[in-house]
Amino acid sequence: MGTLRHLMTPMDFSVEELEALFTVADDIRAHSGDYLHCCDGQVLATCFYEPSTRTRLSFETAMLRLGGSVIGFADASSSSAAKGESVADTIRTISCFADICAMRHPKEGAPFVAAQQSLIPVINAGDGGHHHPTQTLTDLLTIRTLRGNLNGFTIGLCGDLKFGRTVHSLIHALTRYEGIRFVFISPKELQIPDYITEMLDDKEIPYISTRRLDDAIVGLDFLYMTRVQRERFFNEEDYIRLKDYYILDAAKMRLAKPEMFVLHPLPRVNEIAVDVDADPRAAYFRQVQFGMYVRMALILTLLSKTDAHINEGLLTQK
Amino acid sequence: MLTVGKIEEGFVLDHIKAGKSLSIYHMLGLDTLDCTVAIIKNARSGKLGKKDILKVECDIDTLDLNILAFIDHNITVNVIKDGEIVEKRALELPRTIENVCRCLNPRCITSIEQGLKHVFYLADEKNEIYRCRYCDERYTEATA
Repeated sequence: MGTLRHLMTPMDFSVEELEALFTVADDIRAHSGDYLHCCDGQVLATCFYEPSTRTRLSFETAMLRLGGSVIGFADASSSSAAKGESVADTIRTISCFADICAMRHPKEGAPFVAAQQSLIPVINAGDGGHHHPTQTLTDLLTIRTLRGNLNGFTIGLCGDLKFGRTVHSLIHALTRYEGIRFVFISPKELQIPDYITEMLDDKEIPYISTRRLDDAIVGLDFLYMTRVQRERFFNEEDYIRLKDYYILDAAKMRLAKPEMFVLHPLPRVNEIAVDVDADPRAAYFRQVQFGMYVRMALILTLLSKTDAHINEGLLTQK
Repeated sequence: MLTVGKIEEGFVLDHIKAGKSLSIYHMLGLDTLDCTVAIIKNARSGKLGKKDILKVECDIDTLDLNILAFIDHNITVNVIKDGEIVEKRALELPRTIENVCRCLNPRCITSIEQGLKHVFYLADEKNEIYRCRYCDERYTEATA
């Protein structure tokens, strides 16, 4: 039996380990039928202390498509947390029922606390404004699939670059690849934090910051749009002033390269007009599907199923 | 001028930023030790203008002083034996700090979970930046 492994941050896996994970995800996408019984008899617990649509359903579908079963709760009020049970006690209990756990919690570091006490692998499915590693894995797999690799491109990140955890995690993850250039597009109030630009300066990774999407979009290979999140603002006036600062529409898409892809972690509000959805470069709903594949690959990896699968030749015979 | 007598064995912590001696007293756990401590506040200093000094009479192996580097690496640690300074100890930044200061990020799990150690790790040695083990919030003086 191997060492128990968890996923807390997107950087927990090396570039080589990520490549192995993405290879499994590719194979699942191409030959999903081969994976229908990989997790027969195994149980995923989804412990969601705050509501989520995409992430929870993505995890649950991933496990069901691998032949496993799912237990869990979708908000804290329907769990013993409402009675005051600690995260540590909850995971000790869940460890008795399930083989793997995906946990979302509004408090930052809660999945880390769970991992320290757990007898089963724990996946951080989002902890407040801290990390959301499976979104980053989703973003990386999407870019890798659309482009063919993760090297040598210009990515524009647009909108709330100050509070957006998905943006921060994606930037960190991409700094491990060669030839990436960043374009940060945001209003002054939502600029990328200094510690991120200082990190890029240290690594001599090129970036520019601008307020104008129209100018920046011309040179991009990927445009990663983000939502301005109401819950991050203390002042409703500021939120209202900034929420529609950027709206990507068909007119702006005409300025972009024919091969530029648009990504978004979803949900969107107004930042991408619906007239963009039909554009073949709009990749944000495909991104959701890649999220499911990468979570399937992650479950297999953390349950140490991939080695057996490779040994059986299922990955290599294709 | 106030005069505080010599100690036979222990430490003299000099060049403490004025006003910080009491918090250092607590961080070193001196409130729980049965030893003689002199806290000198607002002493005149050529270097700092005003400074605090702590004199601690104890076995010199009793205290983990590296925590001082975390608090303020400008503090001078004089090791005293037989009433004389035998060593000026260099301070090394500790890799982790446990239960010395609390994370005050209201979104951190430590704000609600019972029984958790408050742990900060050395994230950037060059710039002496510590972050909370759970939420990665940067330690600032206000955090302590």
